[in-house]
Amino acid sequence: MSEAPNTAAAAEAAATGDRRWVGFRTIVIREFSRIVRIWGQTLVPPAITATLYFLIFGSLIGRRIGDMGGFTYVQYIAPGLIMMSVITSSYGNVVSSFFGAKFGRHIEELLVAPLPNWLIVLGYVAGGVLRGLLVGLVVTLISLLFTRLYVEHLAAVFGAVLLTSLIFSLGGFINAVFAKNFDQISFVPTFILTPLTYLGGVFYSITMLPDWAQHLSRANPILYMVNTFRYGFLGVSDVPVGFSFAIMGAAFAALFALSVWLMEKGIGTRE
Amino acid sequence: MQALSLRKLSKTYGTGVHALKGIDLDVEQGDFFALLGPNGAGKTTAIGIVSSLVTKTSGKVSVFGHDIDTDLEAAKACLGVVPQEINFNQFEKVSTILVNQAGFYGIPRGVAKQRVEHWLAKLQLLDKRNAISRTLSGGMKRRLMIARALIHEPRLLILDEPTAGVDIEVRRSMWEFLRQINEAGTTIILTTHYLEEAETLCRNIAIIDEGRIIENDRMATVLRKLHSEVFVLNVRHPVTVAPDLPGYAVAIAGDGSLEVEVKKDQNLNDIFAALSARGIEIVSMRNKANRLEELFLRLVEGRDAGTGQPNPAVPA
Repeated sequence: MSEAPNTAAAAEAAATGDRRWVGFRTIVIREFSRIVRIWGQTLVPPAITATLYFLIFGSLIGRRIGDMGGFTYVQYIAPGLIMMSVITSSYGNVVSSFFGAKFGRHIEELLVAPLPNWLIVLGYVAGGVLRGLLVGLVVTLISLLFTRLYVEHLAAVFGAVLLTSLIFSLGGFINAVFAKNFDQISFVPTFILTPLTYLGGVFYSITMLPDWAQHLSRANPILYMVNTFRYGFLGVSDVPVGFSFAIMGAAFAALFALSVWLMEKGIGTRE
Repeated sequence: MQALSLRKLSKTYGTGVHALKGIDLDVEQGDFFALLGPNGAGKTTAIGIVSSLVTKTSGKVSVFGHDIDTDLEAAKACLGVVPQEINFNQFEKVSTILVNQAGFYGIPRGVAKQRVEHWLAKLQLLDKRNAISRTLSGGMKRRLMIARALIHEPRLLILDEPTAGVDIEVRRSMWEFLRQINEAGTTIILTTHYLEEAETLCRNIAIIDEGRIIENDRMATVLRKLHSEVFVLNVRHPVTVAPDLPGYAVAIAGDGSLEVEVKKDQNLNDIFAALSARGIEIVSMRNKANRLEELFLRLVEGRDAGTGQPNPAVPA
C-alpha cells in the first residue's frame, strides 16, 4: 500500500534532480560560450601579460638574479605566474558575468526559474573555474617556451589550482552581488587582489624577507595557494602544504556558504 | 482549482514605501484576468513577489497550490513571466536566449530547440532566430519575451504591460495570440494601461490602488456597476449655449459638440427627441471614454477626492 506514494516521491525527486542537472549544465554552457565569444577579452590579455612577465622577469632580469631555492629564477616564478593568471581570470569572469547579468537585468531569467540558489552560485562558479583553468593552461604552455616544468606532486598541482579557482570565483561572485556600478567591480581586483598577489610569493621566497615581513606575509591567503602550487611542480614551499590545503578548504566552504546566504536573502539581487 | 492565491500579502520596501497593504486575490485556473491600477499602485510589486523577484514582507502566495514559502521550485515551474522592462541579454542570439531559458526549466537542449522553432513561428519571429537580440525592433523584443515566458509551457502566464509602446497592428496580433493560448488552457494574468485591452480580453478583473484591492469581480459585473456614461454628440451646426434638458447634465465641448451624461435609467431616445425639438441636429455620437476607463477613473478619483472609498457611482 505504501509503495505507490514512495514510487511517486522517488519519481518526483528524480525529476527535480534531472531539472537541476539540466539547469546547471545550461548555466555552465552559457558561461563557457561567453568566455569563447569574447576571447579577445578573456583569453588573449592573460597570455600577453604572462609572455611579458616570462620575457622580462624570467629571461632578461632572471638571468642576473641567479638560482632561487635550487631552481632557475624563471622556473621558480613560473608556478606563481600561472597561479596569478588563474586567480585574476576566475575572479574577473564571475564578477563581470554576474554583475553584467544584474546590470542588464537578465539575472531575472535565472531568479524566476525553478533552480535552487546554491545551484545558481555553483553554475557561475563553474564558469569562473573553467576560465581560470583554461587561462592557466594557456599560461603553462607559454611558460614551456621559456623553461622546463616538471611535476613533482600531481595531486598538489590539481588540488591547489582547483581550490584557488573556486575560492576566487566565489570572491568574484560576492563582489558582484554587492556591486552597484562598474567602479565597484574593479575596486577589489585593483586595490586588494593585485597587491596581495604580488606580495603572495609569486616572485620571491618569503625566506628572503625580514622576520616581521615573513609574519605579515603569512596573513596573506594567496601565499598558501602559490606555495602549494609551486610545491606541486618543484617540491618546495615556504609554508606547510597540509595547512595550506586546510586553509583553502575552509575558505571555500565559508565563501560558498556566504554566497548562498546572500542569494537566499536576496541581497543585491531581489528588492 | 486556483491558479494563483494571495492572502494578506504585504510589502514594505527599505525606503519605507508601503507598496502592498495586505491584499487578498484569487485567480481561477483557465481565467484571463486583468490586474489594473494607476502607476505605483502595487501591480508590479505583486507580480514581482509571485515571480520571486521581490521579497514579500508578510502574507501567503500559492501558485496552483504550491506555497512559495515551502514549495518554491514547484511554484516557479508553473509560472511564466513577461516583465515590463526588457530583461534578456541583448548580446545573445534570439534562439540562444530561448534555448537557455528552456534549460533553466530543465528542458534538454534537443527538445528546447524544437520548442524554439514552434514558439518563434507562432510569434512571427522565426526569421529572426539567428539575429542578435539588440537588433530587434521594440515589438519584436516584446514578442521574444512572450516566447521566452512560454518556452517551458507554463500553466500560469503573467504579463506586465506586454503591449506598452507597440503599434496597434502588433498589439492586435498579440491579443489574438494570447486569446489562443488562453483557449488552449493557459491561465493568464494581464496588467495593462490600455483599458480597452483588458475589457476586450479579460473575463475577471481586480483594480488595485495605493496597495489595496478596491474592486475585484467579473468584468461584466464591474462594468454593470457604472451608473452613467458620457456621450459626445456631434451636431450639424456647433452650439454655443448648452441646451437645458431636464434630468440630464449637458456641457459644450471645445469644438461645439455636446457632452451628455446618461444615467442607467435614462435613454438616448429622449435626448434625441428633446434636442430635435430644439432644432439641434445630431450627425454622430461616441462614448467619451472607454467604459472600463470611465469606471477606473471614477474609482481612482474617489480616492483622490479624499474619501478613500470608491466613488458612490459604483455601489459596494
